[in-house]
Amino acid sequence: MSTARTAILDRLRRVNALPLKASEPDYPIWNDADPDAMLARLTGLLEQNHAEVLRLPRTALVTTLRERLAQAGIKRVATGTGGEFFDDITQALNGTAERVCFDRPLEEWKDTLFNAIDAGITGCHGAIAASGSLVLWPGPEEPRTLSLVPPHHIAILKASTLHTNLPAMMTDEGWSQGMPTNLLLVSGPSKTADIQQTLAYGAHGPSALTVLILEDA
Amino acid sequence: MHNRPQHFHAQAEAALADTELRANFRGAMDYLRDKRKTAFADAAEESAIRDRAEAIRQRCLSKLPELLERLESNCIANGIRVHWAENAEQANAIFTDIIQSHGGTLAVKGKSMVSEEIELNDAMAKEGITCLESDMGEYIVQLGRETPSHIIMPAIHKNKQQVADLFAEHVPGFEHTLDVDTLIQTGRRVLREKYRTADVGVSGVNFAVAETGTLCLVENEGNGRMCTTVPEVHIAITGIEKVVEYLADVPPLFSALTRSATGQLITTYFNMISGPRKDDELDGPKEVHLVLLDNGRSQAYADEELRKTLQCIRCGACMNHCPVYTRIGGHAYGTVYPGPIGKIISPHLMGLDATQDLPTASSLCGACGEVCPVRIPIPELLQRLRHEAKQDPRPGALPLRGQKAAASNTEAFVWRSFALATRQPALYRMLTWCATRLRWLMPKKLGPWTRCRTAPRPAAKTLRELMAERKQ
Repeated sequence: MSTARTAILDRLRRVNALPLKASEPDYPIWNDADPDAMLARLTGLLEQNHAEVLRLPRTALVTTLRERLAQAGIKRVATGTGGEFFDDITQALNGTAERVCFDRPLEEWKDTLFNAIDAGITGCHGAIAASGSLVLWPGPEEPRTLSLVPPHHIAILKASTLHTNLPAMMTDEGWSQGMPTNLLLVSGPSKTADIQQTLAYGAHGPSALTVLILEDA
Repeated sequence: MHNRPQHFHAQAEAALADTELRANFRGAMDYLRDKRKTAFADAAEESAIRDRAEAIRQRCLSKLPELLERLESNCIANGIRVHWAENAEQANAIFTDIIQSHGGTLAVKGKSMVSEEIELNDAMAKEGITCLESDMGEYIVQLGRETPSHIIMPAIHKNKQQVADLFAEHVPGFEHTLDVDTLIQTGRRVLREKYRTADVGVSGVNFAVAETGTLCLVENEGNGRMCTTVPEVHIAITGIEKVVEYLADVPPLFSALTRSATGQLITTYFNMISGPRKDDELDGPKEVHLVLLDNGRSQAYADEELRKTLQCIRCGACMNHCPVYTRIGGHAYGTVYPGPIGKIISPHLMGLDATQDLPTASSLCGACGEVCPVRIPIPELLQRLRHEAKQDPRPGALPLRGQKAAASNTEAFVWRSFALATRQPALYRMLTWCATRLRWLMPKKLGPWTRCRTAPRPAAKTLRELMAERKQ
């Protein structure tokens, strides 16, 4: 449709709109940089949005994960094939739940992922205190659907990766220099209020979100 | 048969007579207004965010052609294929080509008002492709063979009883219940099976970032993620006005959008999609396509005042606060975009001849302008369109499609006569003398005006006569 392209752009150009400069008024945004305040804000907002948040030291990851899986009655867990917490996850699953590694293209095991997995475990790239959001940066070792398809998503977050707000995180990490194929903010389990404004969880994605925050990592 | 803007008056009357519909809207609008009020508890903060959002939208629109080209080249560099469509027909042809080239028969679709605009579902059905709505509200509306009645809450006109009845009719194995959780789980069960098997996923776009070639998608349910992640092909469609210059433009707009729309600080999911699956990745679509649609937007763009219409970020706050929308609901308008924003955008999409009644469906109370997060002066634009519907284009200005369609010879004659009479003192005196002395000839019925009002009657003496008496 290159003729459509030319015609549309020609019409827009003919208007000769005067390009405005980027000098926009500032707006207030939550920007407390105190680590405790950030952590409290993140935890509070995630819990408000129906997520379960556990704060623990790095050394307690394996046991906490194991306890959580047992409490939630999780039998089969999908995990990635690497990442910082791979060994801890492996250890926690050992003897607790069956593990299915996301080690082949989705098409080859879509049915299993959709119908026979209870939970998916992923790490987080970081988090945003102002809005109470986890930042997921999926990749080959932790694919996108790991945090989407299983009914329970367990996310592991290092407190040191917490940023005060989204603009600060974008700038600090230079997002505009190169974006991954899929970058995602998650602020709770999937939900909807489409039927008579009644809030219901688990609309399409996970109905439960558990966040394990490693306070000393 | 869907409603049409040409039949606005009859549709509005029918909606007003439907007490169940009115109760559903009253409840929903009160709920959404309260949520927004809580989200913007601090008036100074609200004002600052709106100023910022307005400034960003105006800057990005001022560079629209340049930004579209930059978006296109960065998307292509990221592996996204970019298509351009002048109108619904061309857009649907693009969809058909892509889907058929993959031998696809089932597409799952996230919420997209632009896809409603091009009537994608009907067009695909003609090609033998099923296009299934996956947003819970849209799914309900599609089951009922209806169109959305609100741009962010498509099934807002239905209560849970009506939803349960629809499920009982269409979903095999559904046991009738009014429990909302069970109703949602029913929808979830049906739709998850479709995500798993669909050939193509379709989505809209909330912000398209020129700087990085990124498509942003705002949602709570996760159906947007499903549609853009699980099927092997993802096709996104957006109006050409949705492009923003920088990634840094996104956070303030996103914040303004979610707070204005549903009173949320942030939505559950915010997707930033910058390309198809890479060679080493194990999921995500293998192809991502972006369809850029004009469909009348460049007409709105041509006029500096009407261009402000394109600042819209589709939050629906103007509808939630409109006394007319609250009483008649979305379907009465007969347009894809209902309510105040619909009244100013639809004339560009469909022509003023079809939509001439819509700009008059406003009390001009100003509520829509007061809540708009990007400060679109909706009441002023409504007045402008009322003029355009009746008059020739201004000298040097481009005509709107269907301009002057609402012109009436009787009305024009009355105004010309009035203008003449007020310029001729003798004639004016004679006419006012007649009007006061023959006041008993005034008819008791004056069409719709007297349906709920008493007809006015001229005074016994003119103002000039009364003033003259006072001086004596």
